[in-house]
Amino acid sequence: MKKSLGTVAVAAAIALSLSACGGSGSSAESAKGELSYWLWDANQLPAYQQCADDFTKANPDIKVKITQRGWDDYWSTLTNGFVGGTAPDVFTNHLGRYGELAENKQLLPIDDAVEKDNVDLAAYNDGLADLWVGQDGKRYGLPKDWDTIGLFYNKAMLTSAGVTDEQMKNLTWNAQDGGTYEKVIAHLTVDKNGKRGDEAGFDKNNVDVYGLGLNGGGDSSGQTEWSYLTNTTGWSHTDKNPWGTHYNYDDSKFQESMDWFAGLAAKGYMPKLETTVGAAMADTFAAGKSAINAHGSWMVGQYTGYKGIEVGIAPTPTGPEGKRASMFNGLADSIWAGTKKKDAAIKWVEYLASAPCQDVVASKAVVFPALKASSDKAAEAFKAKGVDVTAFTEHIKNETTFLYPITDNTAKVKGIMEPAMDAVVSGKKPASSLTEANNQVNDLFK
Amino acid sequence: MTTLTKHASTAPLRAGAQKPRGGLRRFGDIKIALLFIAPAMIGFIFFYVVPTIRGVYLSFTEYNILGDPEWVGMDNYSAIAKDPLFWNSLAVTGQYVFLNIVLQTALALGLALLMHKVAKSTLIRGALLLPWMMSNVIAALLWFWMLDYQIGVVNQFIEWAGLPRVAFFGSEEWAIPTQAVINTWRHMGYTALLIFAGMQAIPGHIYEVAKLDGASPFQTFRKITIPLLRPVLVLVLVVTVIGSFQVFDTVSVTTQGGPVNATRVIQYYIYQRAFTESDFGYGSAIAVILFLILALVAFIQMKFLKGNESDLD
Repeated sequence: MKKSLGTVAVAAAIALSLSACGGSGSSAESAKGELSYWLWDANQLPAYQQCADDFTKANPDIKVKITQRGWDDYWSTLTNGFVGGTAPDVFTNHLGRYGELAENKQLLPIDDAVEKDNVDLAAYNDGLADLWVGQDGKRYGLPKDWDTIGLFYNKAMLTSAGVTDEQMKNLTWNAQDGGTYEKVIAHLTVDKNGKRGDEAGFDKNNVDVYGLGLNGGGDSSGQTEWSYLTNTTGWSHTDKNPWGTHYNYDDSKFQESMDWFAGLAAKGYMPKLETTVGAAMADTFAAGKSAINAHGSWMVGQYTGYKGIEVGIAPTPTGPEGKRASMFNGLADSIWAGTKKKDAAIKWVEYLASAPCQDVVASKAVVFPALKASSDKAAEAFKAKGVDVTAFTEHIKNETTFLYPITDNTAKVKGIMEPAMDAVVSGKKPASSLTEANNQVNDLFK
Repeated sequence: MTTLTKHASTAPLRAGAQKPRGGLRRFGDIKIALLFIAPAMIGFIFFYVVPTIRGVYLSFTEYNILGDPEWVGMDNYSAIAKDPLFWNSLAVTGQYVFLNIVLQTALALGLALLMHKVAKSTLIRGALLLPWMMSNVIAALLWFWMLDYQIGVVNQFIEWAGLPRVAFFGSEEWAIPTQAVINTWRHMGYTALLIFAGMQAIPGHIYEVAKLDGASPFQTFRKITIPLLRPVLVLVLVVTVIGSFQVFDTVSVTTQGGPVNATRVIQYYIYQRAFTESDFGYGSAIAVILFLILALVAFIQMKFLKGNESDLD
């Protein structure tokens, strides 16, 4: 007993002296040292590495160690880090995820710092800054970039099919007959005997080039797969956004659109879902297997980077309500609530969200930075590379964007919708089967 | 230390000879025995027993890992009973285990025979083990690309042969058989090695006697090799069936449960519920159920195949 008391006393003394050390220099300590920063997109690593170097030059006390992790491992590694206490001080955050993280108190609210340091939230593209205010009214991140959807097309294939760039800019779509969008897709589809999809004798079981590429079933958001179509009908994923509590996959307008979409594969104009497991959609486009791919603006570098393929980018089609539509997704940098270098982390996040860093990102022409002024610079940088990105920026200008659905339970919603959507897009079940999945999804919010 | 070891090694003999000496002496043995068991025991307790008990506890809670576990009694289990995805995962896993075990055991037995009778070169015997030395993930990815629908070399050959391309991983019918065959390919060399070791333990004179009696090679195999090999075969079956039930890495790096739910095997479903959807209580409950299933399967195998006795005795 005596002995153990003694040990306790010694331990307490050590603890006291340690905390005393910590206490005396806490504010100074938390503003210097090495920050860890995570992101998932390897294409953006060079830009942010330069931001980190510039930041250290201006703040010699703070070093930033950047770790890039692929999207597939990013979130589980991050969760393990939260639990194990090894999460990065600052990390790139996604709209689909931050709600749950904020609710579980893993994110540091930064309202005070934003106010104190006079960060101008109006300088960001409209709506981007508001996305990062949680259900509790607190701010959990500063916007870093945004993306919209466009149609990448193989210019040589379109020329030989007699489809002009002008036609591509004025595509229309509806769920009944697919509009001019389906006509173009059908015409661009070529079977092994050289017959086009809209010609008599077209063999849909032996297609050489598909009019439209397929990325996957699209799970809960359909970000690049179908949302640019379904959301032109006036349909939206949830009752309100952000923080909706009811999903609408049972809406007949949506199910009609999905039946049309799945029909493309049945008609042979789009690859069957089962053939898309494996090689990425962009790579099959490069291999000449599809003429048009709907994809996000973050893919511009990849599509225009393939040797020997001239790529055009058209805006998504105009829907039945006379407007185009594109999902508008934005990333932000958030701070882990458990960071020991709070002040340094805030400084770094504010730097990432500021013009000096976002201009650097813009100059690399990989993504569109969140600041309006930097977005314009990025568009110019793309232009200098010979890429016209108005298909993406037009959505912002004309306000034809809708937000990535931000709700609670997003991981569970995805878990339910992924197999359900796969079954529909692969033609195994009609879109009306989504009503059942939708009930399961909405049960999560009860 | 040397004296201790010596003491320990002679102890069982003496203990056997002078049984009644009793208490103290035996206690001394236990102490030394514990010393030797300790390294394995510590690992076993910290990495198996404690997590298992904690897992069982978590299965009765709602736990998202970032908060505190909240006791919910049997809620997880009653939800699982009504969860079609759980029953689907059992069916899918069962299909995988059946294909994997039948193929793997048959091929491994054949390979072991070849090693025993024909391929005496160490080089060739070693080469049979090569796939097993590859990491599971690498093996899975290698085949994933070779079997790819669009750009895979296997489909290129199939097309040259005038047949339609096969979506090995993309179609619901093919996804599980494909993965079962890949893992068979990877594991059969190792399984063959275990069986081969068992074959070497069968005394040669029995074969000589059989030969003198005019038994054909097939008769010898059926009447001598297989019965005498039984304890090893049962061990191999128990181990490979348990391993097969736990298929995860192949699914995780290739189809991730899809297409639709065709490869959502039980381990992947546990991972999905726990780590992707942050429902660790639910995931733990399925893990407990899997544990019970495996215990039952192993028990049945041992009991009915009489794995703990040999016909050699």
